[in-house]
Amino acid sequence: MIDGKLVEDVTVELLRKAAVYLPHDVKAALERSYDDEKDDTAKAQLKTILENIALAGEKGLPMCQDTGVHLFYVDLCGIRDSATISGSEASRHVGKHNVSWITDAIAQGVRRATREVPLRPNTVNPLTRENPGDNTGMHMPHINFRTSDNDYLEITVMMKGAGSENMSCMRMLTPSQGVAGIKEFVLESLVSAGGNPCPPVILGIGIGGSADICTCLAKEALLRPLGTHHHDEKIALLERELYDALKDIGIGPMGLGGRTTLLGVHVEYADCHTASLPVAVNFQCWAARRATARIYEDGRVEYPSHDGGK
Amino acid sequence: MISEKHLSLPLSEDDVRSFHLGDAVRLSGVIYTARDEAHMRILGVMEKGDSLPVDFKDSAVFHCGPIMQKNDDGWKVVAAGPTTSSRMNALEPGFIEKTGVRAVIGKGGMNEKTLDAMKKYGCVYLAMTGGAALVAADHIKGIKGVYWAELGEPEAVWVLEVEDFGPLTVAMDAHGGSIYEDVRRNVEKNLPEIKSKLGLKQ
Repeated sequence: MIDGKLVEDVTVELLRKAAVYLPHDVKAALERSYDDEKDDTAKAQLKTILENIALAGEKGLPMCQDTGVHLFYVDLCGIRDSATISGSEASRHVGKHNVSWITDAIAQGVRRATREVPLRPNTVNPLTRENPGDNTGMHMPHINFRTSDNDYLEITVMMKGAGSENMSCMRMLTPSQGVAGIKEFVLESLVSAGGNPCPPVILGIGIGGSADICTCLAKEALLRPLGTHHHDEKIALLERELYDALKDIGIGPMGLGGRTTLLGVHVEYADCHTASLPVAVNFQCWAARRATARIYEDGRVEYPSHDGGK
Repeated sequence: MISEKHLSLPLSEDDVRSFHLGDAVRLSGVIYTARDEAHMRILGVMEKGDSLPVDFKDSAVFHCGPIMQKNDDGWKVVAAGPTTSSRMNALEPGFIEKTGVRAVIGKGGMNEKTLDAMKKYGCVYLAMTGGAALVAADHIKGIKGVYWAELGEPEAVWVLEVEDFGPLTVAMDAHGGSIYEDVRRNVEKNLPEIKSKLGLKQ
């Protein structure tokens, strides 16, 4: 049975896993970067990063003090009429859009994880800057509900620190600027971000849709494991072309120079208005903290992003 | 390999003027965290002619918002890596001038006005690996105090007793040199080739 308490517990565990252990694909990419790096200063930065990752695992503590704001992606199961999952008080049909108990359970999990992991209390009122101290607040944690035909409830969390998020950019290009315009905008964004987003970075690029859609897609592109490419061949080609060209830009780890600037380039797209070409870039620091849980109706939980017992 | 210089705080002007770009440095003694809110408050207090609860003179300011935990024995540091220094660009030249701080520890580098202030008043920028919060915390031996806790845990001023704190890289020196400026010029030099690979006009 899936109930509020289980979702709350899974939320705490997701946040702990994300904060402490990097997904395997990210760790492997950092190890490869260290082996390939020739510049002394750059290599020293990568060495410290790898030492820090190891230390986090040993101590069971967050690798970075900026444990971010918490973005959740919930893929609802049981959208088919027959499937039900149980709420904390009574059995409810998720297909009938009653998901407020999931929102409450995730928020409760965030409050607990803030104390128990512990996480830094980061969320503040944008005007008064008052900090409630528990990482919750208006629209926080942010939860994106999506529908699915899965026979499990899937919850993914991304912990997004401000160093990388503050470098995000979005522009409404004109259709005549085309693919060249997209490439120029990505190049310009990377150059102007410099060492601020804690390189080596993963670039998440959202193309098309509308101003809001491309911005969301740029972020969602960062959820894909490194080494995967978009299923659309044209987009996959663009990912490879951007990575191959931009990796030699010379910003280096922490902006101190060297050959390691990028861990990957991920692009997502949506079709858009014939008069528009929106593009957004979202930067992911090397500490690409995300974790995914699958909760089955019998209460069984899997963590595909962190399998192997961690 | 880069050899490391171990120094004890307080730092003298001669100490920091002897640093060269790329030097690896470790610091021992007392340092203070300050981010956006603390910088604003410190400058505000000094402008009014009031006294500060902590003295930054000849010391180091650490751009950091740590994760702290309070237990029966007091505060304990959990994780404490550097934050993005460029957010303090507009405030740092005044901060350096008014407080007499000798080192700024952070990540990502700072602007030309800050570099000028460092040259004028004798201060350096020490880059720490962003995100490496546990390596940093390992060298923090005690919390000697916290001021302006009402600003919230990340924004408060924490007084940290550190030992061989680092690794730190001299990334902006007291003579107008900056690794970030060197990197920027190098990136500029690489642009034509990158644009040509992407099939873009020069």
